[in-house]
Amino acid sequence: MTPFLYERATDAQTALALGSRDGARYLAGGTNLVDLMRETIERPEILVDVAGLFDQIEDTDEGSLRIGAGVKNTGLAADRRVRERFPMLSQAILAGASAQIRNVATVGGNLLQRTRCGYFYDDAARCNKREASAGCDAVEGFNRNHAILGASKACVATHPSDMAVALAALDAVVNIESQDGHRSIPLVDFHVLPGETPQIETVLRRGELIAGVTVAPNGIAARSRYRKVRDRASYAFALISVAAGLEMDGGVIKDVRIALGGVAHKPWRAIIAEAALKGGPPTRAAFEEAAEAELAAARGLRDNAFKIELARRVIVDTLSKLADQGVR
Amino acid sequence: MQFFVNGGEVDIDFDPRTSLLDLLRERLHLFGPKKGCNQGACGACTVLVDGVRINSCLALAVQYQGREIVTVEGLGVPGALHPLQAAFVEHDGFQCGYCTPGQICSAIGMVSELKQGVPSHVSADVAAESFPLDHDELRERMSGNLCRCGAYNGIVDAIQETFGEAKAESEKSEAA
Ligand SMILES: Cc1cc2nc3c(=O)[nH]c(=O)nc-3n(C[C@H](O)[C@H](O)[C@H](O)COP(=O)(O)OP(=O)(O)OC[C@H]3O[C@@H](n4cnc5c(N)ncnc54)[C@H](O)[C@@H]3O)c2cc1C
Ligand code: SF4
Ligand code: FES
Ligand code: FES
Repeated sequence: MTPFLYERATDAQTALALGSRDGARYLAGGTNLVDLMRETIERPEILVDVAGLFDQIEDTDEGSLRIGAGVKNTGLAADRRVRERFPMLSQAILAGASAQIRNVATVGGNLLQRTRCGYFYDDAARCNKREASAGCDAVEGFNRNHAILGASKACVATHPSDMAVALAALDAVVNIESQDGHRSIPLVDFHVLPGETPQIETVLRRGELIAGVTVAPNGIAARSRYRKVRDRASYAFALISVAAGLEMDGGVIKDVRIALGGVAHKPWRAIIAEAALKGGPPTRAAFEEAAEAELAAARGLRDNAFKIELARRVIVDTLSKLADQGVR
Repeated sequence: MQFFVNGGEVDIDFDPRTSLLDLLRERLHLFGPKKGCNQGACGACTVLVDGVRINSCLALAVQYQGREIVTVEGLGVPGALHPLQAAFVEHDGFQCGYCTPGQICSAIGMVSELKQGVPSHVSADVAAESFPLDHDELRERMSGNLCRCGAYNGIVDAIQETFGEAKAESEKSEAA
């Protein structure tokens, strides 16, 4: 680890003042940043500890839930309002990492954990994220876990978060503070595809601080599910995950949400599949057609082509089960 | 900097790069928490902070100033074992013992999460009022602790006997 100055911020103004200095980085739970600092992949000169800021979950007048960036993953998954109104968000968080990590990891840190792969940690390997224009050893290497959608020649890593996939399906909005004021960005536009600059993973600007995310009420809670497929039953990153929800009106799909994890550099909202399904019948044939339309652009690498078929099956099966199930 | 460790107050200066695990082991000579992977993947370094289980390897010690930290040494000592420690001995909940302090601290944190109504990945309905400590729940909730000796059956039995339904039932019949 390279040396750094540690500062604890007791309020947002102090955090922003400290965080806009050269070489500063915010520290929340530390479960991603401390690890990367130990590997000297991240070398902040000033660590601004923001743990304890924005640690509330509040109801808004519009019936939304405003979730603070400093809320722990366990606290969010266990919140009664979340469990009842947005069960897929609880399910997604509980499908990620381990209890020990969820007890420490925060909402802000979970969104901003690095989009990475095994080669990113390996200083004997070439990685464009670690060193601009170095090349990417994953493109033609061991890439079983890598992206099938939206990847570039520069980077084929996937965003590791489960929570963010559910938030993408729920149309969550990210609230951002800076010294100039605040702005809000839909979560689906917060993370970016790798293109030629894979070291840039979000639209967050230097010094900006995430205050939290807002989730608005929807009609899908009763028929929604986060489903994660991975190499072992627990405590592994997703090969494919799906956050899906259906709202039915008579025999017709009134609203449908589908977001995919493990497939791209960002949580992937399946807008093509959603558009194909809205207003139509909830049949297996319709789900198959929609999944295929979404995955038409998918490309397999040496080891991960199986993910395309796996994603298709997980989407179809999850939606079929939601269509068949009674409303809770 | 000040900490409360296993019931005592500690005042100590250290380099801010020190992990909580290294502070406990190298400076405070508490060798219960183990360094397995040093990257959050094995759970051998699990300790309780204000009663909550965390991986001490992924934490900087400075983040936990002023907090109450409990390692396996603070739970029980030879001659006065915590009931869970005794159950691990009884059920062969270990072979080499490397993962054991982490398993024990983790199980204690796990039971407190259960009491607070925290759901898990295998809970059928995350909105339920409470969750049972059955076999599937126990294994899922303890999945952050790996045992390379594969002593899992003994570990599950020890935790089940100490905190599980069987225990709750026998307490009920004793009270009756
Ligand atoms: C072994 C292991 C397994 C894991 N498995 C999974 C998994 O299966 N699924 C999953 O989803 N995740 C998984 N994770 C990742 C884990 O969820 C993240 O490490 C965690 O969410 C990061 O949160 P944190 O609060 O610890 O962030 P930190 O490590 O403190 O910070 C991460 C980044 O966010 C920035 N940051 C934090 N808060 C703010 C803020 N408010 N404003 C601006 N910037 C901020 C920091 O500067 C840093 O760049 C795993 C991690 C480990 C170690
Ligand atoms: S896929 Fe991305 S993170 Fe992995 S080695 Fe290539 S550039 Fe680095
Ligand atoms: S040593 Fe901390 S989790 Fe392995
Ligand atoms: S007893 Fe040896 S690692 Fe668990």
